[in-house]
Amino acid sequence: MASRIYECIGKISEAINENKDFLTDLDREIGDADHGVNMARGFSAVMEAIPQDETDIGTVLKKTGMTLLSKVGGASGPLYGTAYMEAGKLAAGKSELNAEDFGAMLNAAIEGIQKRGKAVRGEKTMLDALIPAYEAYTAKVTEGADLISALEEACTKAKEGIEFTKTIRATKGRASYLGDRSIGHQDPGATSATLTLEAILDYLKG
Amino acid sequence: MVGIVIVSHSAKIAEGIKELALQMAIGYEGLYTAGGLEDGSIGTDAVRIMEAIQNADQGDGVVVLADLGSGIISAETAIDMLEGAVKVQIADAPIVEGAIIAAVEASIGNPFEQVLSETEKTREFRKI
Ligand SMILES: Nc1ncnc2c1ncn2[C@@H]1O[C@H](COP(=O)(O)OP(=O)(O)O)[C@@H](O)[C@H]1O
Ligand SMILES: [Mg+2]
Repeated sequence: MASRIYECIGKISEAINENKDFLTDLDREIGDADHGVNMARGFSAVMEAIPQDETDIGTVLKKTGMTLLSKVGGASGPLYGTAYMEAGKLAAGKSELNAEDFGAMLNAAIEGIQKRGKAVRGEKTMLDALIPAYEAYTAKVTEGADLISALEEACTKAKEGIEFTKTIRATKGRASYLGDRSIGHQDPGATSATLTLEAILDYLKG
Repeated sequence: MVGIVIVSHSAKIAEGIKELALQMAIGYEGLYTAGGLEDGSIGTDAVRIMEAIQNADQGDGVVVLADLGSGIISAETAIDMLEGAVKVQIADAPIVEGAIIAAVEASIGNPFEQVLSETEKTREFRKI
């Protein structure tokens, strides 16, 4: 039987696949038209690499990360790869997560992306969705919310983050070569990051 | 002897640079490439880069030359994955000119620090 973490990664993979062309089109506007193709290639390799019955969340996330940094091909490969691997370190030996665990893992993922990409908030990257999402998530959990309702709030903020990326110019990644021409377009990575959080939420809601 | 790794999004670019560099460093065997993805598509693969560094390493260090964008991020990821097992650094240099100078310097047996610093001097090369 497939483990829960396998199914959850499967949901993310599905969401990426369904939005493959959309993500690629976004990247056509301000990049090299490959973000959807990259991510879909990465996740189909992930679904082959992770054992269906593996219940150790740490093991699955580590494998997911290693596969992404090898198979995605673009900057998002090592960035997401590092994110999954850093989150996975905190889940070693666990087959269930509580609200605090998930928050700590999201934080570790963000720190991994920042270490790798040397970007901060406001540079028109995936961080502009993930950081506000994390902040909203922890605020909710501190108020006593459960994982699902905190993640709902996080997804709302991530979507606002996507909108925010339309208003700023890119200073990291390929889109930064375009200067002011990047203004007006939403960031592909912020979009795939939001799709990821939404897919996890979808899965948890069942 | 110092090793060299050429990282490019394109396997053809990486192979072409290798060919060009070896014309000036005949017989040098420490130059490895990590171009494109395993399936031949355009991109960079941190695991392939890590393996190329391991192959290039003969104990005297490895200088990496990378093209733009994820070439650098993937090479940095590869180096982190090696966890200090190999003395390795990315040269802050143009990939074509840098590779040629690196190959010449490494092939005459110069030490790591010198190969790296000579390679990085290519940043100042004027073309006209
Ligand atoms: N240095 C960075 N830090 C954080 N995110 C980045 C960085 N560089 C690029 N990105 C993210 O990666 C996305 C592009 O991914 P992708 O198209 O797969 O890679 P590439 O730009 O190499 O073609 C961008 O939309 C952005 O969100
Ligand atoms: Mg791209």
